[in-house]
Amino acid sequence: MAGLLEIRNVSLRFGGVRALSNVSLAVGKGELFSVIGPNGAGKTSLVNCISGRYRPTEGHVVYKGQDITRRPPADRARIGIGRTFQNLALFQHMSVLDNIMVGRHHLLANNFITGSLYWLTGARAEELTHRRRVEEIIDFLDLQPVRKAQAGTLSYGLRKRVELARAMAIEPELILLDEPMAGMNLEEKEDMARYIVDLNEEFGMTVIMIEHDMGVVMDISSRVAVLDFGKKIAEGVPGEVMANAHVRAAYLGEVDPVLADPDDVPLAEAGA
Amino acid sequence: MATHSLIPAGEYKTSYAADTTIFPTVTSRNAAILALILVACAPLVFDRYILSLMIQIGYLSIAALGLNILVGFTGQISIGHAAFFGFGAFSSAWLNNVHGIPVFFAIPLAGLMTTAAGLIFGLPAARLKGLYLAIATLAAQYILQDFFARASWFSGGVAGTVAYPFSIFGYAFDTDARYFYVVLSYMVLCFVLATNLMRSRDGRALVAVRDHYLSAEMMGINLTKYRTLSFGISAFFAGIGGALYAHYLQFVSVEGFTILFSIQFLGMIIIGGLGSIMGTILGTIFMVLLPEAMEWLTSSLAGGAIDRALSLKNNISYLREMAIGAVIVLFLMFEPDGLAHRWKQIKAYWKLYPFAH
Repeated sequence: MAGLLEIRNVSLRFGGVRALSNVSLAVGKGELFSVIGPNGAGKTSLVNCISGRYRPTEGHVVYKGQDITRRPPADRARIGIGRTFQNLALFQHMSVLDNIMVGRHHLLANNFITGSLYWLTGARAEELTHRRRVEEIIDFLDLQPVRKAQAGTLSYGLRKRVELARAMAIEPELILLDEPMAGMNLEEKEDMARYIVDLNEEFGMTVIMIEHDMGVVMDISSRVAVLDFGKKIAEGVPGEVMANAHVRAAYLGEVDPVLADPDDVPLAEAGA
Repeated sequence: MATHSLIPAGEYKTSYAADTTIFPTVTSRNAAILALILVACAPLVFDRYILSLMIQIGYLSIAALGLNILVGFTGQISIGHAAFFGFGAFSSAWLNNVHGIPVFFAIPLAGLMTTAAGLIFGLPAARLKGLYLAIATLAAQYILQDFFARASWFSGGVAGTVAYPFSIFGYAFDTDARYFYVVLSYMVLCFVLATNLMRSRDGRALVAVRDHYLSAEMMGINLTKYRTLSFGISAFFAGIGGALYAHYLQFVSVEGFTILFSIQFLGMIIIGGLGSIMGTILGTIFMVLLPEAMEWLTSSLAGGAIDRALSLKNNISYLREMAIGAVIVLFLMFEPDGLAHRWKQIKAYWKLYPFAH
């Protein structure tokens, strides 16, 4: 498996708070990689480091052999990284169609002058060519009935889907999905899981997904990493991870042999 | 769904090209062309006074369009728009008087000069937002105003400067009836350019920056570039509007371009509808005609029963100012989305009549 993305010893601190400590990961091309962990474990911070929103305090993010740690977020689309957000981040007052078209920003060539002259400069032709590609994405995600609707007026599940469509329009090689199924009902989750698998298998995108629904994560992921308190506590195929003692501790609250503070002696022993 | 535009039954789009037109239906396009032809006939029908109001609406709406791109579409704020309007007016006069460039070329060139000024004063916009940016643009307002008063090589200083009338091949557009067509052509051109901008790549990027700048950045949109650019575009339209104003009045003086005027521009786009090209025109019409309407109302009160009962006499002109203020406040309370929104609702009402939904 060729390494597409490598995270090397990334740490992220906000003042005294350690959001990530010394996390290393490697994601191969074509993987469907999930990141799980309790709330506040640093999953979104990790995705933000990859997408350039945060700059790691230490460590490097290497994409296709290039160190992209310090490159600005606006470069990410061009080099082939797309993402969705945990809290809806659509352009509320634009139509669904325009939202998806914005995803193609880096693929379009017209600027504000040629765009204003529209018919004379090929801006129209460009719009129509890309509209065709956008319609393919709309078809794939079943968004036909709402393509002209204002994004801010859609239901939660639909908005999540539009956000996925917008990230797809970037035509990324690596797509970061931050809780794509949060707040959805069972049926919507099933649809979304199917879309994600198709994204990975049919469109050949490498997926890094943060998700809380263990059922979905274990079913569709090729590998899973577990974060807790900013540390990576496990990584492997779903079966291994589920059997891991640290993971069970993080999720079920058992005392973890690795993370436990040596000073934090259980009460019974302290009394003895 | 309420969010869909109401298109008559039987109106089918069979190509993407037909789905990306400026006007949604053939009927609406024809209606717009008809309206334009009717407006073009105005000099044949109306007297000089009404024509002068229409010319005012023309050049003010071009400048207001620039501000709407900045404030309405990109979500920035500027309280220095009148200074750019003034910069355009002086630039055009300067290019014509000092460099002998014909007015025909001086107007677009003045637009470009104002764009440069706008880009410089727009640089803080890359870093500042909201109220902080408002204060930064206030600096543009005062710096430029001061510049107009002191740079006599450029603006003629406190004495002001003459601006020669627009002419093509020696044919001078020096009467209201003739100049009307100059302004009308520029207005059509500017509004078509702006509409095209907003339906192509960079226009969408501007709206994306307004609606969610974090995800805009993930889509590959360089925030600094687009925030500064929108100041440039906004200044361009302000400059064109200003230049048209200069060659209409044929005299430019420093006193005209105060912060009050800047706020009037903001009033136009807020009342018309932020982020609406159509609303810009409606808002400008409203702001130009409101004082006229109030003047007419208050003067018809003069000598009447109310006048005598309240013994208003000379205070009647204050009544006009107060009424203008009151109408704007009421308007913002009951029509916060602007005239463009009301216009849509009226259209929807007639389309659905007699069924409410």
